[in-house]
Amino acid sequence: MSWIEIKNLQSVLLNDIPRLKVEDLRDQLIEKIKGGKRLVQFFGDTENGDVVLYAIAADDNASKLFIASTKFTSQKEYQSITPEIPSAHLFEREFFEQYKIKPEGHPWLKPLRKGIAGIDSSEIPYEFFSMKGEEVHEVGVGPIHAGIIEPGHFRFSCHGEKIYHLEIKLGFQHRGVEELFVKNNARPIYLQKLSESIAGDTVIGHSGTFARAIESLANTSIPRRAKLIRTIALELERIAIHLGDLSALSNDVGYLTGNSVFGALRTRIINTTMAICGNRFGRSLIIPGGVNFDISQELREKISSTVNQVNDETALAAEVLFSSASVLERFEKTGVVDKATALEIGMVGPSARASGVAVDIRSDHPFGAYEFFPVHKLTLDSGDVFARSYIRFIEIQQSVKIINDQLGNFTEGKANNAILLLEPNRLVVSMVEGWRGEIAHVILTGNDSKIKRIKIKDPSFHNWFAVSLSVRNEGISDFPLCNKSFNLSYSGFDL
Amino acid sequence: MLDLIKLRRQHGYQAIPDIKNAEILSTHRGYPVIDESKCAGGCSDCENVCPTNAIKVNPLSIDLGKCIFCGECESACQAGAIKFTNEYKLGSTGRNKLIITSGNLFADYEKEAIESRKEIHKIFGHSLKLRQVSAGGCNGCEMELAACGNVNFDMGRFGIDFVASPRHADGIVITGPITKNMAPALMDAYKSVNSPKIVIAVGACTISGGVFEESEVLNRSFLSKIKIDLYIPGCPPHPLTFINAILDFIGKK
Repeated sequence: MSWIEIKNLQSVLLNDIPRLKVEDLRDQLIEKIKGGKRLVQFFGDTENGDVVLYAIAADDNASKLFIASTKFTSQKEYQSITPEIPSAHLFEREFFEQYKIKPEGHPWLKPLRKGIAGIDSSEIPYEFFSMKGEEVHEVGVGPIHAGIIEPGHFRFSCHGEKIYHLEIKLGFQHRGVEELFVKNNARPIYLQKLSESIAGDTVIGHSGTFARAIESLANTSIPRRAKLIRTIALELERIAIHLGDLSALSNDVGYLTGNSVFGALRTRIINTTMAICGNRFGRSLIIPGGVNFDISQELREKISSTVNQVNDETALAAEVLFSSASVLERFEKTGVVDKATALEIGMVGPSARASGVAVDIRSDHPFGAYEFFPVHKLTLDSGDVFARSYIRFIEIQQSVKIINDQLGNFTEGKANNAILLLEPNRLVVSMVEGWRGEIAHVILTGNDSKIKRIKIKDPSFHNWFAVSLSVRNEGISDFPLCNKSFNLSYSGFDL
Repeated sequence: MLDLIKLRRQHGYQAIPDIKNAEILSTHRGYPVIDESKCAGGCSDCENVCPTNAIKVNPLSIDLGKCIFCGECESACQAGAIKFTNEYKLGSTGRNKLIITSGNLFADYEKEAIESRKEIHKIFGHSLKLRQVSAGGCNGCEMELAACGNVNFDMGRFGIDFVASPRHADGIVITGPITKNMAPALMDAYKSVNSPKIVIAVGACTISGGVFEESEVLNRSFLSKIKIDLYIPGCPPHPLTFINAILDFIGKK
């Protein structure tokens, strides 16, 4: 039986999804990924008391998604996929934790979110890998870090200053987001606001992904004007975060001019977002059916002049940053993730593109206004901190161009359409290129036309393992720099 | 080198000079004003759309500790009984003061919300070092707190800083709804701060649970054991909200 083929945002009847034997699903998934497809989702659901596993693989070149499922009735284990496909590693751990179906032979089967703080005796305790030998030592950092950032625990196995291995234990931020979506599935406004808090630095990214999934399930199209406004907001979010990251990266190498200048440029961008919707992070802008706030002619001119000015000033600041010998000395050849590794562990977003992997949902699986114009995929080859910094700079320039194009294309009309009921017993995959990379929400509706299962994936889910690999053989003092060059989400991972 | 000088000139001096009277965009959603006389009664549209149950009708009230300032109630109310102003000084020393009812004007709120005590001013008035603990925060509050230290807001000029260790701190700033997994670490951090110390709750999540109130993986017992000295509402609170609340609390003129 072959897998059913759909596109981003095209819903499918649950009954039409092929149900394979677990061995067949495993073999075919391995064949697909080894053949160049990408693992997008791998998650469970319950159906009349039995566990059903869904696997979704993407063919980025053909803009297609492939889905199949399998049912576990009495069986409580299956042969792990991770030894063949390393990018399945966290997905399988998550599935095991949520549904207690054991992937036999999984090399890293540890808790993901539950039991990580060692407080509940019913949960499986978390055990770190340890390294033995003379002069080998461990350094533990977190969950509370030195800066104003989210919590997570990092355990370094070192020899002197050199890092041999970094194990990252997350889950401290686990708030039960997916459960809250299902529990409150009769309150549409609450759900939209909840989607804004999946990761508070990716408000437009996540709330847009969720709203598009709802629109697809309700068979509602949104006005073109709303698509343009969403695109402008998404690109503003990308510019703001990238500027903030350049500021923080400058700070991490003691280049304080960059820290100040990029930080101040970011303020102007997030204030522009506030001019649109009243919140610096774009909260309340997106609703299923369109947007809550329109952009007037006057505001369009203001947005245009702000982004162009920021673009010019960023160009000068980046010129100074990237020609400073003391900065380059720290950035170049630090924290390298090569292309083969990036592909193997399934990296996404700017971090993957900095390692030469051309993935960008805006052009691979276009959504919203990106359907009308192609986005050129920007890539660099070196996969080091320099590449992950420089790609942010060129993506800022690209985003400014996209915003100007959208502002020039503005059409008259209303900013939202009414949302009808969701169609029952369907599944939809909604993917958006947020500033960190591919955000993918999968929503399943039940008989009652309400959400019965939502699987949320922040791009960080793919990329955290890259942080571990990037610091191997680096000095421990370069860890903050490597970590910042990815800038991954804790709350988006922990859910 | 010339480019660096050019860059420095281009950047100029961007710190907000008078932080207590800083202007903010008119679109910013801050203090809500309620005029119940406009309320037709019999309808509870505002209550129904509120994602965090911050609104109660009969009599009409908004709890700023729960409010995420989304503005849905303002749009839902046909009669126009609720209006969000752009006033950003929302901090308060009392949980009950955060409940706004009809006729509560901002000018009155601003006067009474923060009780500035002499001993607080004496101990922390010239220097206040804070340790931030993210206990399930979504990174919204965290980013705004980090922004307090940037060149625009420059909180350090008032002697207020975030420090790396609770051992160096005079108090802790909590963000997030306090997850089960972070509850022990939060208590550890609190205990590591030397007395006298203050505790500041930032954002709807910490104050009331916010959109995560109904989550089953929270452990908010910290709040029943430890007294909160300062509440800073918002989702997330604007840096001006945070800085002004602290300045008023420590009685810095």
